[in-house]
Amino acid sequence: MRAEDSKDSLKQRTLQKIPTGIKGLDEITYGGLPKGRPTLVCGPAGCGKTLLAMEFLVRGATQFDEPGVFMAFEETREELTKNVASLGFDLRNLEAHKKLLVDDVLIDRSEIEETGEYNLEGLFVRLGHAVESIGAKRVALDTIETLFASLPNAGIVRAELRRLFRWLKQKGVTAIVTGERGDGSLTRHGLEEYVADCVIGLDHRVINQIATRRVRILKYRGSLHGTNECPFLIDMQGFSVLPITSMGLDYGASTERVSSGVPRLDAMLGGEGYYRGSSVLISGSAGTGKTSLAGTFVQAACHHGERCLYFAFEESPPQIMRNLRSIGIDLAPFVKKGLLRFHSSRPSGQGLESHLVDIHRRIDEFNPRAVVMDPVTNFTAVGGPDEVKAMLARLIDIVKARQTTLMCTSLTNAGEAEQQSEVGISSLMDTWLLVRNLEAGGERNRGLYVLKSRGMAHSNQVREFVLSNRGIDLVDVYTGAGTVLAGSARANQEALERAEALAAQQAIEAKKREFERERAVLQAEIAALQVKLKTGEEDLKRLIGGASAQARTSARDQAAMSRMRMADG
Amino acid sequence: MKPKPTAKRVKRAHPPKAAWNLRLYVAGQTPRCVRAFANLKRICDTHLAGTYRIEVVDLLQSPQLSRGDQIVAIPTLVRRLPPPVKRIIGDLSNSERVLVGLDLRSDAL
Repeated sequence: MRAEDSKDSLKQRTLQKIPTGIKGLDEITYGGLPKGRPTLVCGPAGCGKTLLAMEFLVRGATQFDEPGVFMAFEETREELTKNVASLGFDLRNLEAHKKLLVDDVLIDRSEIEETGEYNLEGLFVRLGHAVESIGAKRVALDTIETLFASLPNAGIVRAELRRLFRWLKQKGVTAIVTGERGDGSLTRHGLEEYVADCVIGLDHRVINQIATRRVRILKYRGSLHGTNECPFLIDMQGFSVLPITSMGLDYGASTERVSSGVPRLDAMLGGEGYYRGSSVLISGSAGTGKTSLAGTFVQAACHHGERCLYFAFEESPPQIMRNLRSIGIDLAPFVKKGLLRFHSSRPSGQGLESHLVDIHRRIDEFNPRAVVMDPVTNFTAVGGPDEVKAMLARLIDIVKARQTTLMCTSLTNAGEAEQQSEVGISSLMDTWLLVRNLEAGGERNRGLYVLKSRGMAHSNQVREFVLSNRGIDLVDVYTGAGTVLAGSARANQEALERAEALAAQQAIEAKKREFERERAVLQAEIAALQVKLKTGEEDLKRLIGGASAQARTSARDQAAMSRMRMADG
Repeated sequence: MKPKPTAKRVKRAHPPKAAWNLRLYVAGQTPRCVRAFANLKRICDTHLAGTYRIEVVDLLQSPQLSRGDQIVAIPTLVRRLPPPVKRIIGDLSNSERVLVGLDLRSDAL
């Protein structure tokens, strides 16, 4: 009992958090913002502080039934309502339902004359009234630092802000206070001195002319938090933070197989195809049929009723579909059925991190069983090899955790080592197919082989990869007589061999006929000899017969003679 | 004269001629607010005798009124008439600055 008690009280003592409802932010803060305390959100101009604060309130009002008060010091209510409408937030509707209250505090310094002592009780009254009128649990103050600019006496503002944050804590509301970054300090006027519990830093950096937004938890008193910078996006659905810290190498491994769409290729991959949830890399130089292989895979998956998400970084969806139709793969019906979704974008459109967040969000939304990235090598336009590799490692973690099969194509530049994929991602991949050009005898043919495939007995053979209007087929290459031949050279060689075989056959036939003739002759000879033999035998018999008759006759003659000689005897 | 706890009109002898419409925002009867009202009355009686009207708004009683006049600091004096609207913050103890704020300085001289 006692142990339980102490456990309970410990639980009560540990910091309570409330979820923000913002994608990914709750994961990097391990549960949300400190309940009943103010959190400082700081960053340079245009980094998304206001939107973060507003989304915190809107999500609170719509998802957690926690009304919120937004106190704007920089924009008017109308401006704010318009600005966040682009994120799909309908402030008017929320205000009408008493879920949200937007108050704009606009002070024009030129209108103000300071004539003695004062405090900011008016602000407290306004805020207190707003909080009470809708029973607000969340408050956003954006950007309270403008008070320093509007009021002449910074000392008073400073003292009053300290009082304000204490007051907010007493009220038990969870607040977001925004502040613009200053030189060498988190905020221009040192708000971090007052708001010491949780500080979230937003950033907006431009590298190679591409801007990437990042968020980092700078401080979170009394709680574990992710310390890494995480990329985030602001788009039609509001904020999405990619929680890098929440990933690990702890996903399961499926033994289920998925077909590659090419029966012969399945046969090469241990007879059954890829593992579900594995990562497949198809690398090869230009025009070797990487996209065709990807298209075949997508077709097979959709055919089994599985959702596929196709990220194209080189071609538009109609172009991909038209090109695949030429090899007999029609993806349009799957798109119509909602099984297949394309997303085409230029890699240079946004930074790597933003791409990753975008991909992550789209995968989350569509929940596909297979994802195709075609080609990943184009990302080198926006990042170095190491960055691309890191990004793909994270992407693989994301899809593997979902047991989604990932297929990436990788373009190898002519003249580069084929076995070293351009972005060095091969070690991350479970299955690696290499499509290469076999150039000989004035023509180019495609050869395919499985360079590696973890966890299965895969073929070590090079197959000729033939694209026709019936799709992809794999043909055995000619491997006789110490050479490997493909294409017309293979056909040529095969014809040659057939001719040789035919000639040999004909020679046998001729030999056979010759022998037949010889046999006939010999048999005739045998018959003649046998006749001769018989004749000989008959002659002999006749001779023997004649001699004995003669003997008997002569004996009879002698007896007769003797009888005649008996007279004088 | 003491400020009343609720919003209240303090009318002077010639209400129809009240060319000056002043509103003083306070929050409870703190010494500072009481002081502000006293200072305001003294200045008005000196410079605007008979032509002004003071409205005292206690935000603790009617907090919803703070939004309309964009009140942040307490006490705040708002000159509603004559236009343009002017805001004067503080306890009005610096008479010179109050006169500047009310555009009364030239009149006073």
